[in-house]
Amino acid sequence: MSEPTVTESVDARGSYCPGPLMELVKTIKSAQVGDVIEILSNDEGSAKDIPVWVKKMKHELVYRKKVNDYWKIAIRKKH
Amino acid sequence: MTKRIVVLGGGTAGTMVANKLARQLSAPIGNKEVEVTLVSNAEKHIYQPGYLYIAFNEKMPEHFVRKEKELVHRNVNLVFDDVVRIDSEANKLVSDKASYPYDYLVVATGSYPDFDSIPGLKEAAHDFYTLEGAIKLRDALASFEGGTILLTVDVPHKCPAAPLEITLMMEDYFARRGIRDRVKIVYTYPINRIHSLEPIARWAEPAFEKRNIIAETFFNLEKIDPERKVAITMDGEEHAFDLLISVPAHKGAPVILNSGIGDETGFIPTDRYTLKMEGSDNIYVIGDATNLPISKAGSTAHYQSETLVPNLISRINGISETAHYNGKVACFLENSLHDASMITFDYTHPPQPATTSELLHWFKGVYNEIYWLNVRGIM
Ligand SMILES: Cc1cc2nc3c(=O)[nH]c(=O)nc-3n(C[C@H](O)[C@H](O)[C@H](O)COP(=O)(O)OP(=O)(O)OC[C@H]3O[C@@H](n4cnc5c(N)ncnc54)[C@H](O)[C@@H]3O)c2cc1C
Repeated sequence: MSEPTVTESVDARGSYCPGPLMELVKTIKSAQVGDVIEILSNDEGSAKDIPVWVKKMKHELVYRKKVNDYWKIAIRKKH
Repeated sequence: MTKRIVVLGGGTAGTMVANKLARQLSAPIGNKEVEVTLVSNAEKHIYQPGYLYIAFNEKMPEHFVRKEKELVHRNVNLVFDDVVRIDSEANKLVSDKASYPYDYLVVATGSYPDFDSIPGLKEAAHDFYTLEGAIKLRDALASFEGGTILLTVDVPHKCPAAPLEITLMMEDYFARRGIRDRVKIVYTYPINRIHSLEPIARWAEPAFEKRNIIAETFFNLEKIDPERKVAITMDGEEHAFDLLISVPAHKGAPVILNSGIGDETGFIPTDRYTLKMEGSDNIYVIGDATNLPISKAGSTAHYQSETLVPNLISRINGISETAHYNGKVACFLENSLHDASMITFDYTHPPQPATTSELLHWFKGVYNEIYWLNVRGIM
């Protein structure tokens, strides 16, 4: 399956506070509906938290994969 | 030819950098080989963490305010002016009345709560992120005799711990006033726990439970109806309040937006290790003005200055830059009006809150005074 084009990529590696999920919350606010936002994170907790937030907020998780020692997680803004 | 270092913004980061440069470059400044200019649009220097103590009437506002000119070293050329544009092509700052050419620029223009970010916020919400806001909140809290206090948090915002701190301090404040049972304190947070950092959330949760502070998670504020006194969240739910305290989403300074060097919210893309503006070799960014995914805090600016200042001095001396910023941040966490914890962390080490103690609260009080030495570049 071909991957969707990423509209904006946020390198949140090394971010403990406020953390990758808060970077996503911030970025998604200023994005357009349909945009795909990719977050790079080396925080294991965020790899679990991000999908939970995305589901609760009714956005779409496009992918979540581990590359070397960090996670690449992409979200599509739905509303 | 004289090498010109210009620092834009006389807050925590800019004042500290200019003073450290002035102290460490006193010989070349004396010989007119180097000139350090600080351009700022505020004659008063405010210690922002003081807002928390103003709100609870622990200290008067004047306690946290000094004249900028009294904090700045004599070797710094201090100019009060409102810069409207950074012209990175022509290497100069531009205001309505002058322009300031530079060889090296340090941008330290800070971050600001945006009261237009949510409809109804300006009309209905109190804040503790501005001096006027903290004073108004002090008066509102002082005359509050009971009801629901709702606290909302939007991102990004400086000092990520402050919303938790104000909540915990407020609980103690009403307990001391003997009316705690009449005040319902509702703290909210946009994600699945009460703080983005798991160790901090774990630190605060037992206190919330023990002290009957209500926490609502996944709370993403969308608008406020000032007439009906309700906050409306993204999921359409309504949340009633008698007093609303909001931490609005922050933006970078207008000059950044105006200069086309920031992202859409006015934060400057910055290299996380060298602190240079991305794509530039002579513009450095420090403090809240960067887009780095780390805490916007005075301590961040302090640790960043320990990279930025030596690197600038190396360049003046024709040596390669060797200092790297490792992402270090340190924050106190007030747990009440009499005890506190603290955390330190960097790009590779997550934080772990220290055991809460009265000593750490006392130490925070001491730091509130030491700040004035710190910002002079002495410590
Ligand atoms: C309630 C509260 C509690 C806090 N608690 C803590 C804490 O416990 N620990 C901690 O480390 N940090 C804390 N902080 C955060 C800390 O105050 C900031 O992170 C810090 O001040 C950032 O420094 P700065 O120099 O980047 O920005 P600022 O200190 O905000 O300075 C920016 C400066 O730029 C100037 N400026 C802007 N635009 C222009 C222009 N166009 N022309 C000329 N000058 C301009 C402004 O006048 C200002 O002087 C707290 C903040 C708040 C609000």
